[in-house]
Amino acid sequence: MQFLKDFGKFMAWLPDIFSKPENWTMYYKETIRQMYDIGIGSMSIVMLISGFIGAVTAIQFSYQLKGSMIPSYYIGYIVRDIMIIEMAATLSCIVLAGKVGSTMAAEIGGMRQKEHIDAMEIMGVNTSAYLVMPKLLASIIIIPLLVTIALIVGVAGGYVAAILVAGLANWEFERGLRFLFEPYNVFIMYVKAVSFAFILTAVACYQGYFVKGGSIELGQASTRAVVFGSILILVADLIIALILMG
Amino acid sequence: MIVAKNIYKSFGDHEVLKDINFTFEKGKTNLIIGASGAGKTVLLKILVGLITPTSGEVWFNAQDVCKFNREQLRELRMDIGMLFQANALFDSMTIEENIRFPMDMFTNRTNQEKRHQVDYCLERVNLSGINDKYPSEISGGMQKRVGIARAIVLNPKYLFCDEPNSGLDPKTAITIDELISGITRDNDITTVINTHDMNSVMEIGDNICLLSQGEVAWEGNKNEILVNGNQVISDFIFASPFLQRLKSQALS
Repeated sequence: MQFLKDFGKFMAWLPDIFSKPENWTMYYKETIRQMYDIGIGSMSIVMLISGFIGAVTAIQFSYQLKGSMIPSYYIGYIVRDIMIIEMAATLSCIVLAGKVGSTMAAEIGGMRQKEHIDAMEIMGVNTSAYLVMPKLLASIIIIPLLVTIALIVGVAGGYVAAILVAGLANWEFERGLRFLFEPYNVFIMYVKAVSFAFILTAVACYQGYFVKGGSIELGQASTRAVVFGSILILVADLIIALILMG
Repeated sequence: MIVAKNIYKSFGDHEVLKDINFTFEKGKTNLIIGASGAGKTVLLKILVGLITPTSGEVWFNAQDVCKFNREQLRELRMDIGMLFQANALFDSMTIEENIRFPMDMFTNRTNQEKRHQVDYCLERVNLSGINDKYPSEISGGMQKRVGIARAIVLNPKYLFCDEPNSGLDPKTAITIDELISGITRDNDITTVINTHDMNSVMEIGDNICLLSQGEVAWEGNKNEILVNGNQVISDFIFASPFLQRLKSQALS
């Protein structure tokens, strides 16, 4: 019931978020700042996690292939497709829901509690648009780039593990990478990246903007941003899979 | 001039304001005073449109702002400056960036013009040369003055101050009062101050509205306080035995 109430409130809030900016330059500057914060600030964690996931996938699949008739170059094929279809977008965005989502909720919520939002409103600023729109735009632009990096690093991690641990030859892994490549899967990855970017940012901004109370409530809002963001990403993952691959 | 007509405000079953009628005059420092919980901040937030009254009207000159849509309200707010109780300075911005924020957002002035206006406003509040400091690097009194500088940067017609002296020593509080009063006279604007500081009441109270339990209990000016016989204002202003003795001496 509370979810439906929040969803309705969010939908009613959307026109405010996407209303005409008072000053394009200020919104542009804020979008660039957010892109830097989200992109540069999250790159290392995204690379670290995707690198490990790629490596673990290669090792585990080579373990499963032992004694089977399946050719070993399938390791490259599996690592590539698992990163493209699922891990690069979904796992990166769940990590970003934790890192970026909690930061955004705390930033906006802190501004609400310190009356910064009221001060901007009194000045005549549309705070819904100024505080949320640049974050949404920045996320939608930069998170697909982070997902692309996650894909490259994930495949690289798989490559290193396949060579060093599973004992594959270079050409075998490369053959697997080229095997049955389907460009449509890359399209699915970017659909997921954009959708998840919108979800994690919108949930975080909503939780921060409408926070009430003190520091305990701000902490709870930040936690809700991470938990609800992650759950909604998984739900959206299922829906996208059903629509685009079902 | 701002006129509050028949303002009522309730939060759930709790009635905070009851039938508030008061005229805030242009060119004067209008004070809303009262004990904690009397409804001062709620009334101030209703006047600036941050809270919608349960019923009643708020007239800015010839317009009832309670009937304004969001766009009209935003246009009106270009003419409003506000000093918040906790200053509400953006702590990740320098003093200069704080003051020029409304100009950046709403004007097409050049950087040089903006810099000039920032310097003028800082000079007006006697804080020249702190442009590059951050709010956390200056004292509470200085933060209040920066808040005033930011509030007046677009030359507003209406200035609202929520507890401008809270947390300040008496000497700094007097400086802030003189500053607000001077800006009000020089710029001929309508200033509304929400306070429970007795020095402010006696020094700059051109037009005073005393709230008690959500109602207007007394209205007048600083000169009428000593001589009027209203028990509520007398009890509020001369709350301590020391002040009561002073009042007796003054009257005798």
